[in-house]
Amino acid sequence: MIKFNGIHKSYQTGNSSLHVLKGIDLEVTSGEMVAVMGSSGSGKSTLLNIIGLLDVHDGGDYYLDGKLVKDLNETKAAQLRNKHLGFVFQSFNLISFKNAVENVALPLYYQGITRRKRNKIAMEYLEKVGLLPWSDHLPNELSGGQKQRLAIARALIGNPKVILADEPTGALDSVTSQEVMELFTQINKSGITIIIVTHENDIAHQTQRIIRLHDGKIEKDHKNGHFVPHTEFAKTI
Amino acid sequence: MFDIDKWQEIFNTIEKNKLRTFLTGFSVAWGIFMLIILQGSGIGLQKGVENQFRSSATNAIWIWNGQTSKPYKGNKPGRNIRMKNEDYDYLNAHVDGLDQISGRFHVWSNVLAYKKQSGSYTIRGVHPDYQKVEKLSLLSGRFLNENDQRFKQKNVLISKLVSDALFKAEDPLGKYIRINGIPFKVVGVFVDDDGRDDNMQLVYISIATAQTVFGGERDIHGMVVTVGDANEKEAKKIEDDIKAKMANLHRYDPEDENAMFFWNSVEEFTKFQKLFASIRLFIWVIGIGTIIAGVVGVSNIMMIVVKDRTKEIGIRKALGATPGSIISLILQEAVLITAFAGYFGLVIGVGLLELVSEHIQTPFFREPEVDISVAIGATLLLIIAGALAGFIPARRAAAIKPIEALRDE
Repeated sequence: MIKFNGIHKSYQTGNSSLHVLKGIDLEVTSGEMVAVMGSSGSGKSTLLNIIGLLDVHDGGDYYLDGKLVKDLNETKAAQLRNKHLGFVFQSFNLISFKNAVENVALPLYYQGITRRKRNKIAMEYLEKVGLLPWSDHLPNELSGGQKQRLAIARALIGNPKVILADEPTGALDSVTSQEVMELFTQINKSGITIIIVTHENDIAHQTQRIIRLHDGKIEKDHKNGHFVPHTEFAKTI
Repeated sequence: MFDIDKWQEIFNTIEKNKLRTFLTGFSVAWGIFMLIILQGSGIGLQKGVENQFRSSATNAIWIWNGQTSKPYKGNKPGRNIRMKNEDYDYLNAHVDGLDQISGRFHVWSNVLAYKKQSGSYTIRGVHPDYQKVEKLSLLSGRFLNENDQRFKQKNVLISKLVSDALFKAEDPLGKYIRINGIPFKVVGVFVDDDGRDDNMQLVYISIATAQTVFGGERDIHGMVVTVGDANEKEAKKIEDDIKAKMANLHRYDPEDENAMFFWNSVEEFTKFQKLFASIRLFIWVIGIGTIIAGVVGVSNIMMIVVKDRTKEIGIRKALGATPGSIISLILQEAVLITAFAGYFGLVIGVGLLELVSEHIQTPFFREPEVDISVAIGATLLLIIAGALAGFIPARRAAAIKPIEALRDE
């Protein structure tokens, strides 16, 4: 699904250049649930942004769904994001003046689906994340966990192949974090690839594979030996 | 452009950002409103003054008798100058460039009577040309003509006011009124609607009749000539020509300002026209200034709007919005708001002018109105300015990488 061959990324800050990604080789296959870990500044968010076409890499090859991502203009990138990718952010990034159903429906607007139809679909997704009673609430009337579930519904509605989550539980307490992780696990079971950037070990350990970044390079990439399928994990606690 | 869904999206955004929308709209509406009020007031002032000139020809030179104030060729000062019929004939024959010419002979406080009604009015004896000079409008009948003059006919032209007073609802044409006991036949009814009552408190008869019947011999109290379409300079030349000839004829010092009085309406009218040209210019300068202020206001707000929405733009881009869709979203919103607000300012401004013009009709301010093409032009200008002001930052916002837009707090 996602293939990196020697990806480099530098940021220009004033006169000095900051080399963030120093040759990343990575392959994520369809249906995987992967955690990307690392200390701050290790380049994990940059990695996610490049995967998500929110940022552009400087060197190396990036294949998304088997196609080489190269010299994309903004319009093409926008269409790819809309078609293949769903985003979940630490700070939710909901549009504050739109209510829950409108926020969820927004990706469908950019697919050219009529208002009536996309709002209907959005209601279904709100139901999936358990927010149906809050459909006409504005984001600031929702709790952190509700906001993140709303954001997940929005990420899902475009029927993406990959969901990219940047510290999705960073702003949540442990109970709501767990709810969000359960939601991700459920989504993953339906066949959607999920990549989660996190620095919390217990979050990372609920995925099937952990990639540790250190100083712009992959330090460790291992299958999660302790991975317990969600249902059994729930039983153990 | 006619994508209903996009409009719904825009209306949605507007509805949820009322203050921002109001501020943008207000600066546009205010600019258009001020422009219309200024334009309307300028036109109102101009019409007021033009109206002052409306009741008599704007190309006339008026002449009155005076009294010498300087000694000249053995004559002491203080001598009264009296024009006679000869002066009329002389000017008629010897001054070039005259269009119409008429003498004036006044008889004050006469008793006019018809049946049991009577009143005191002024009689003005004039030549047939006088109608055009004073711009009298006939309600019925005719003006005094050459026959009245030549045969000293006892025919009279009465004002609407006199007609109402003496005849009430009766048709006065062909009826006889008594002026100081002498019967005169009514040949016409006129109005002189310059708003001055004393120009209606009188009747006109031919000057020859007036001189004969009311003992004026060959006296003329005043004269008026029109100079066709002469410009200010030409009119001044004719005036100087008349002054020199009158001074020569009546043997007074040509430098004597009091021997006879002259009033050149061409000169006065031109002065007013120049004054109003400057006022118009001034109004335009202020109007354009107001529009520029509006443009700057709209630009400013659009810049802030785009800045304000950078994060939202980032979110939209992450969800699949293309740069084109971002730009058109912001532009259409800007155009919609400015167009609506501009129209609003237009309606309020025109409405206020209508209200004012209905209730305020002073001699120097009347019928304010606005050149609607100017107002629409200004609105279009503001819309284009708003679109342009929105376009530049919108394009920049749409072009930045979504991750940078998302980072914006």
